[in-house]
Amino acid sequence: MPADLLDFEEPIAPLLKEIDALEGQPRTPECQQALEGLSRRVEAARGEIYAKLTPWQRVMVARHNNRPTVLDYVARLFTEFTEISGDRRFADDHAIVAGFALYKGTPVMIVGHHKGGGGDTKQKVYRNFGYAKPEGYRKSLRAMKLAEKFRRPVIAFIDTPAAYPGVESEERGISEAIAYNLREMAALDAPIVVVVHGEGGSGGALGIAIGDRVLMHEFAIYSVIPPEGCAAILWRDANRKVEAAEALKLTAPDLLGFEVIDEIVPEPVGGAHTDHDRAAALLDGPLSRTLEEVSAMDGAVRLEARYRKFRAMGSVGIAEP
Amino acid sequence: MAWFKKARKPMGSATAEKPSRVPEGLWVKCPGCSQILYNKDLEKNLSVCPKCAHHFRISAAERLRVLLDDGHWTEHDPNLVSNDPLRFTDTKRYRDRLRAMEDSTGMKDAVVVAAGRLDGIDVVVAAMEYAFIGGSMGVVVGEKIARAVELALERRQPVIIVSCSGGARMMEGVLSLMQMAKISAALARLDRAGVPFISVLTDPTTGGVTASFAMLGDLNVAEPRALIGFAGPRVIEQTIRQKLPEGFQRSEFLLEHGMLDLVVDRRELKGTLARALRFMGSGAAAVEPPVAAAAVTLPADDAR
Ligand SMILES: [Zn+2]
Repeated sequence: MPADLLDFEEPIAPLLKEIDALEGQPRTPECQQALEGLSRRVEAARGEIYAKLTPWQRVMVARHNNRPTVLDYVARLFTEFTEISGDRRFADDHAIVAGFALYKGTPVMIVGHHKGGGGDTKQKVYRNFGYAKPEGYRKSLRAMKLAEKFRRPVIAFIDTPAAYPGVESEERGISEAIAYNLREMAALDAPIVVVVHGEGGSGGALGIAIGDRVLMHEFAIYSVIPPEGCAAILWRDANRKVEAAEALKLTAPDLLGFEVIDEIVPEPVGGAHTDHDRAAALLDGPLSRTLEEVSAMDGAVRLEARYRKFRAMGSVGIAEP
Repeated sequence: MAWFKKARKPMGSATAEKPSRVPEGLWVKCPGCSQILYNKDLEKNLSVCPKCAHHFRISAAERLRVLLDDGHWTEHDPNLVSNDPLRFTDTKRYRDRLRAMEDSTGMKDAVVVAAGRLDGIDVVVAAMEYAFIGGSMGVVVGEKIARAVELALERRQPVIIVSCSGGARMMEGVLSLMQMAKISAALARLDRAGVPFISVLTDPTTGGVTASFAMLGDLNVAEPRALIGFAGPRVIEQTIRQKLPEGFQRSEFLLEHGMLDLVVDRRELKGTLARALRFMGSGAAAVEPPVAAAAVTLPADDAR
């Protein structure tokens, strides 16, 4: 089975193998026809599989090694991207990328986690697998304050397993860094659009995910705890991750139902990792429309609406006296 | 794989998880110094060991008695209950867990919000209850604390949040996570309005509670030796594959690393908070908060 395939995509493997074999041969009309037929069958099989993914399968897709990264989207949808570095306090954290660019001619600030996806082990280590440290959250806020100062909108790309759970994170105040971002983003006087495109890993994700609109990719996940961790604690068995993924209601449709997100961004058949160009094209429409909407709002009105949005998340019951 | 985890033990029944709580009975052995203590003496000493100053964990109600004048307060929103938004089931139905918790603690969720006076100063206090599913924060905790902050803003009274929590509540999933955002947003407004917020961190304060309101106080004040952190110690040990040093993630460690303003003995806590609130301009002797003063325009003659 090709390394890119997830275990539940196994039915596609023989088709891909046939395609591989044919591609090595001279391009006769018959061969070309066979290739096209096979491609259609792959597409159809993928469509069928992806139409009924279980929550755990979605977790696997969201974590796929070739899932587009923030920089994959930046390369396709933005121009003149200029990365900025550092929190002016301690260091530059490569697990979060920040920088300004033009989006359809308009200057915007971009912040986003980067897991090192698509790259080799060295790349992943460089990005600390997307586990950001306090300096990453502080860099992000610094970038967002620049956006506020110069009246530019912010686009935040969310894709992290979690904030980094290590000694130096605790020493340098990972809790404070996230907490402070939550408070300051709630009151940041700039339009903010959040795109949860991969793994929305708990507080590590939320730390740069407060905004006026939250978009979420079709096969992305967003959760308070990874299914393995939840299973280990509540089932006392990490292998019960499939059930935990189900119970946690971490899929895009679930989150739309809870009104935690505003809109689902469609992905190419078979997931964003199969076609980065198409994935970017599918994001472009919702992103530009949303950005336009929130940018058109009066500042005070936008801040009030942002407050109401998060204030309303989760309903409670009232006990009979 | 960090995310928000319970600090130490998995959530079971309330009785299974109170190692530090004053046990029933006449005599108690102190886990700090192994002395046998007379229960009544311990209670009189605010559940702090008279010999070694070990701080036993106390309930939300005991906390309010420690802080508020004459042990008197008005409770707010006591009847809010979880509606089990995920219809969550693990080895047990979440609904059943909630019912069992209500039976054992007499509370409907893991926080008590109270209005009362602290050394004569009108305050709003939210005290978390560890015995209720590890003090975990679901929608009810988030909603009650957000309302407490909004109440404080409306009355322009200081708010004190006493944390005692393993973090976000897994059984309410991503909605628990969003309570971090909800409360932090309310605190942003309080901050801009110049109304005081003091965060009191007690053992344990971890996960999503630490990574939101517990770290946002105008002052962050902790009790001695409290476990305070983002990731649980076991998660960190798994990450770095080595044992953590003694005292890691304890109050004194956080103080040393610049994350806390003060570590205060419980017996000094109320006095310390009162002094801080007076500095912040609260209480009878204090001046009007700056924002309110600026908002009022009276003819000079009528100003007094
Ligand atoms: Zn003792």
